[in-house]
Amino acid sequence: MRDVAVIGIGMTKWGELWEKSLRDIYVETALMAIEDAGVDHIDSMYIGSMSSGIFVGQEHIASLLADYLGTSPVPSARVETACASGGLALRMGFMEVASGMNDIVLVSGIEKMTDVGGDKATYALGTAADQEYECYHGVTFPGLYALMAVDHMNKYGTTRKQLAEVAVKNHRNGSKNPLAQFPFEVTVDAVLNSVQVADPLRILDCSPITDGAAAAIICPVDMAQKFRDHPVVKILGSGQATDSIALSQRNDISWLESTYRAGKGAYEMAGKKPSDMDLFEVHDCFTIAELCVMEALGMVEKGKSGEAVEKGRTAVNGDIPVNPSGGLKSKGHPVGATGIAQVLEIVKQLRGEAGERQVKDARTGLTQNMGGSGASTVVHIFERD
Amino acid sequence: MTTPSRYWREIPQRYRGEANSCEKCKKKFFPPRLICPKCGNRDLAKAKIADKGKVLSFTIIRVPPSPFKDQAPYAVGIVELKDGVKIMGQIVECDFKDLKVGLPVKIEFRKMFKEGHSGILCYGYKFVPDS
Repeated sequence: MRDVAVIGIGMTKWGELWEKSLRDIYVETALMAIEDAGVDHIDSMYIGSMSSGIFVGQEHIASLLADYLGTSPVPSARVETACASGGLALRMGFMEVASGMNDIVLVSGIEKMTDVGGDKATYALGTAADQEYECYHGVTFPGLYALMAVDHMNKYGTTRKQLAEVAVKNHRNGSKNPLAQFPFEVTVDAVLNSVQVADPLRILDCSPITDGAAAAIICPVDMAQKFRDHPVVKILGSGQATDSIALSQRNDISWLESTYRAGKGAYEMAGKKPSDMDLFEVHDCFTIAELCVMEALGMVEKGKSGEAVEKGRTAVNGDIPVNPSGGLKSKGHPVGATGIAQVLEIVKQLRGEAGERQVKDARTGLTQNMGGSGASTVVHIFERD
Repeated sequence: MTTPSRYWREIPQRYRGEANSCEKCKKKFFPPRLICPKCGNRDLAKAKIADKGKVLSFTIIRVPPSPFKDQAPYAVGIVELKDGVKIMGQIVECDFKDLKVGLPVKIEFRKMFKEGHSGILCYGYKFVPDS
C-alpha cells in the first residue's frame, strides 16, 4: 500500500443556503479544494451524500456533479452510510490512492437539506433508523439518542448539566469558526431552558438542519510536495465498522461498538493509541453522542466522559481537545458533508491555520464520523510530517 | 411508510409477535432472521415473543414525525421481554412521572397511527404498565 496525504481542502460557509442549489454548493466547494491543492486535474472522485433523493429529489448525483464541476468523464461515485457518508468517501478515496489505482482523488460530502420542510427532513433523517421496528413506533433521531442518554445517566450518574456543557463548549469553539452555521456562544442555562425535543434532550442538545458541502484532495505522499507548499498531512489509519441498525438490538444501549471497532482498526493501522492524539473531531449530532464517542474511542474510561467535559478537559486548551471546529452542534450538520468537514478541521489544525481556535502544537488528529444511532462509524487518523 | 403489500407482509410481527429462534444457540430473534448472526446456523424454528418484560430505557417524544402529530407528547421505550428479546415501542397508560428504568410492562395490541390522507388505520403492539 502507498502512503496517502491530504493536499487540498475546501468549504464555504454553512447554513440555510436558499439561494444556492445542490450543484452550486458542490462546485464552489470542490473548486476551493482543487485550488488549495494546486492540482491541474483529478483522476477520480467520491461524493458522500445521505439522501439527495429525498432532500432534493435527485439521485445519480455522482455524474451530475462531475458534469457541473467540469471533470467528466473521470469516474465518480456516490457513497452512503447515512451521516457517515462523508467519512466513507475519504475511506474509498484513500483505498483507491493507497492501492495505486489512481493518484489524485477528490473526496467530498454534500447535503442540501432546506429545500424540504421540517416534517420531510425528519422523515429523511429517520430513514437512517430501522423503518419497520423503530420509526413505526414514532421514535425520532433525537428520541434514539435520548434513549442512550437515559441509559448513560442511569448507569453512570451522568448529569443533565454535563450534557449541556458539551453544547456550551462546542458553541464556544464554533464562535471562532467563520464557516459555522451558528457561530455564537450559549450558556448552560440557555441549554437547560431551551425547548424540549425528546426528554432529556432539548433543542440546544441537537445539531441543526444545514445546507453545505466540504471537499478534500488526496494523493500519494511522495507526490504531495509537487504542488503547493503546504505542510504534508498524512493519513496514517482508516477504520470502519457496523453495528445493528436498531438500537434495541445492542447489548449495551449507550456503548457505541461500531465506534470502538472503527477506532481500534484506525489506531492499529496508524500504530497509535488514544493518548497520542492532539485533538479529535467527533460526531456530536447530539450532546450525548459526544460523551459516548469519547468512551468508545478510549479517550476516557466508560462512564467518565461527563466528568471530563465538566472539568474542561475537552476544551481547545484542555488535555483532550474535542471538536475545536464547533462540532456538528455549532458548525452545522449537512449530514453527508460532515465527515469531510471534520477532515478539513484536522488539516487546518495540523497545518497551524486554525486561527483563534488553534490547538497548540497539534501534530496528530483523529476524525470519527457516525451514521444512524451508531450503526456505522468511520475513523481516520492524520499526522503532519 | 406503509403500502398495502408492506403492511400485509409485516402483520405476523405487528399483530402476533411472531419470532424465531436458533436451534443451536437458543437465541430468540424478533423480527425473525434467516441466519443466526451469532453461530451462522440457518436452522431457525418458529417462536413467539413473551408478552411481559421491563423497561431498559425511555424517552418522551415532544417533536413527533408527521403521522404521530395528534399523539405527542408520548413515551417510547426499549423493553427487555422475559425471553430476552429486546424491542422498541410506545409506553401508554402511564403518567410520564411514573416512567422509570425497570418498570414492569406488558404488551397490548393497539392502534398506532393513521396513514396518509385517506386515514388508513395502522395497528401494532404497545406497552402498558403491568401492575
